[in-house]
Amino acid sequence: MSRFSKTLITLAVLASAGSALAEGKYTGVGRGALPAEIHAWDIDVRPDFKGLRPGSGSVAQGEETWEAKCTSCHGSFGESNEVHTPLIGGTTKDDIKTGHVLSLVKGDAPQRTAIMKVATVSTLFDYINRSMPLTAPKSLSNNEVYGLLAYLLNQAEIVPADFVLTDKNIAEAQARMPNRNGMRTDHGMWPGAPATKGGIGNGGKPDTKNTACMSNCKTEVKVASLLPVYAETAHGNLAEQNRSVGPVRGKDTSGKAPVAPAAPSDNAAATKLATDSGCMACHGVANKIVGPGYNEVAAKYKGLADAEAKLAAKVKAGGQGVWGAIPMPPQNQLKDGDIRSLVKWILSGAKAQ
Amino acid sequence: MADQPTQRGRVRPAPEHFLNEADITAVKEGRRDFLRNAFISASAALAGTGAARAAEGDPNILTLPPWTTSLGQPVAARPYGLPSQYEKGLQRRESPGLTRLPQVSVSFAPLQGLFGIITPSGLHFERHHQGWSDIDPSKHRLMVHGTDDGFVKQPKVYTVDDILRLPPVSRMHFIECGANTGMEWGNVAVPTVQYSHGMLSCSEFTGVPLRLILEDCGVDWKKAKYILAEGADGSSMTRTIPIELVQSDEVLVAYGQNGEMLRPENGYPLRLIVPGVQGVSWVKWLRRIEVGDKPWATKDEAIHYIDLLPDGQHRQYTSTQECKSVITTPSGGQILLDKGFYNISGLAWSGRGKIKRVDVSTDGGINWRPARIEGPTLSKCLTRFNIDWVWDGKPAILQSRAMDETGYVQPGYGQLRAARGTKSIYHNNAIQSWKVVESGDVSNVQVL
Repeated sequence: MSRFSKTLITLAVLASAGSALAEGKYTGVGRGALPAEIHAWDIDVRPDFKGLRPGSGSVAQGEETWEAKCTSCHGSFGESNEVHTPLIGGTTKDDIKTGHVLSLVKGDAPQRTAIMKVATVSTLFDYINRSMPLTAPKSLSNNEVYGLLAYLLNQAEIVPADFVLTDKNIAEAQARMPNRNGMRTDHGMWPGAPATKGGIGNGGKPDTKNTACMSNCKTEVKVASLLPVYAETAHGNLAEQNRSVGPVRGKDTSGKAPVAPAAPSDNAAATKLATDSGCMACHGVANKIVGPGYNEVAAKYKGLADAEAKLAAKVKAGGQGVWGAIPMPPQNQLKDGDIRSLVKWILSGAKAQ
Repeated sequence: MADQPTQRGRVRPAPEHFLNEADITAVKEGRRDFLRNAFISASAALAGTGAARAAEGDPNILTLPPWTTSLGQPVAARPYGLPSQYEKGLQRRESPGLTRLPQVSVSFAPLQGLFGIITPSGLHFERHHQGWSDIDPSKHRLMVHGTDDGFVKQPKVYTVDDILRLPPVSRMHFIECGANTGMEWGNVAVPTVQYSHGMLSCSEFTGVPLRLILEDCGVDWKKAKYILAEGADGSSMTRTIPIELVQSDEVLVAYGQNGEMLRPENGYPLRLIVPGVQGVSWVKWLRRIEVGDKPWATKDEAIHYIDLLPDGQHRQYTSTQECKSVITTPSGGQILLDKGFYNISGLAWSGRGKIKRVDVSTDGGINWRPARIEGPTLSKCLTRFNIDWVWDGKPAILQSRAMDETGYVQPGYGQLRAARGTKSIYHNNAIQSWKVVESGDVSNVQVL
């Protein structure tokens, strides 16, 4: 074998190995992602700003976008409590120095605004960019997101009114976040590697330690809280949220005295009679099943002088051939009065009520 | 017999529909014999007089009902079957005032009426962050790539056709929202188990272990520390998940739920299954997996789904749903129909593995008895328990307390609050108490 052909074989082996690697074990399943496709979807921004795309926006530009696209839900200053929990409020200049929001420690804030909680500007950028506005997510330009974020940070007095937020200075803004030191991860509820092995948390160690005591576990039962009266009726009528058979029923929390059911109308009585007598097994109100639909029967008898008597006789005696080969058996078991009611009902359109 | 007519059968309509004014007064006064009176008047209404009925027998037996004396409905009358018309009370429901927009909200599963461990797909709880859509599966794609080159050798795009070609597994797991029971941290707030614990469901999920898909892309297990999962909905919700759960083969890219495709409300056509972890990480409408080496601090792990502690600090990346249980019947908002025998039934689960044992107390936690385990005991799956109880008509407080295979025992409210205060919102796994009073009313209470 010449040296030349040896090289060819080597190349061929390499090529086939390469393709097997690219396709993995599951040949023909999936395909390589194109850079443009990854760019279109990979918009996440990490706290170290990995993923952030260059851009800029001033507080003033942000204010303009804010007024146009955000105030209806969040209010002019991010303070609105109408549609969402307020975004801005509850932080102080001192919090910006310490990185701890004091009102969280004191517990005196009426509610927690977004800026009181969030430690990372990256989170705000990522969320506004991927999810806002609520009804038109991903419609903002990159620079609009920078501007909106600059405006919000200014509302929280983290940056001055003439600030222009860019990819170059966003980390400095993050270093002034009022709750930047407010997160801890030394808990037992991270299911991955613990902090000691480069991950998060304490390795799954719980923070409570109950025991399975079986008898005389305490001397008295302290009921600390009861259902407030308003809460019992705030969730509708519980009687209607439970099964109507079984060992229990739902409590009637409608606040209304039960009323006797209204007397059934002639139509309702006839519907019940037709159902109970088995008519509905073969006849639909508006469709053929085995026999003709009642709409078809009514149409056929429409305008006949003695329609009621003729149809009543048919019901009683049964018949075959008018509507097809399958016979209708005689309905001798029905009382004449019931047949009259049924016939009247059928000819009047077989209404349920 | 004469003084225990309500034990004759389960054939009467619910007594609350037969209350007269005197009965209503009796209910308000807390007298439990109102039920007996209600039954007598109901019987009288049905059969003429109670005495006549007793002598002649039950008209529901003596007079054959129409379904016994007629031809029933044809096959495929309802091509996709529906529950009985008599089961309409059991629906998923919103808790009024909990959220402000119905697209950014929650509906709760009716645990008070469910049996066993599987949640019917139509009753599975919902949590949407920006509404739900019914996605055209032919236009849905799953992209897998790395934060940088090197995390995966070959970033890939999979169609739903591709995912359904791969070898699947089917596993039963519970899913619980991290905020389940969140309204109850400080005090009793809601009347029934649907609202207190109904952000909980359990299904058989069918899908492909994410490990296989990452390996198909040539993942570098040494570099990979976390994945980011992202949805295709408007919120494109994202969550950080530890690579160790992926390597354990537990994390699935699922398409099947209880034998059919996922429901749109549950992520059709693809959702991530992250057993033992709170529902928010089970990203619905899954469109993208990014492999990286640092957590992302996304909105739902930096603004929401963070647990406030009494010292003003928040716990971040709390994910595991710790061992928990609840009695589903009898439960809040229900009425016991009479004294006598009852089967107390409930659910237990743990994000750390299998349920080892469930104990039940009927005296508010002074004495406990081990419950029977009703069905299978699977890892990170609901476990149904039950226990006999003869109600003597006296006040009682019903509780359940679960233990998982790690030996962890579900805490009481006193213990949980000592560790975390009352403002955590998320991860409330305290022992639930239902108070039974002499009238038979069951209500939500908290016992320290």
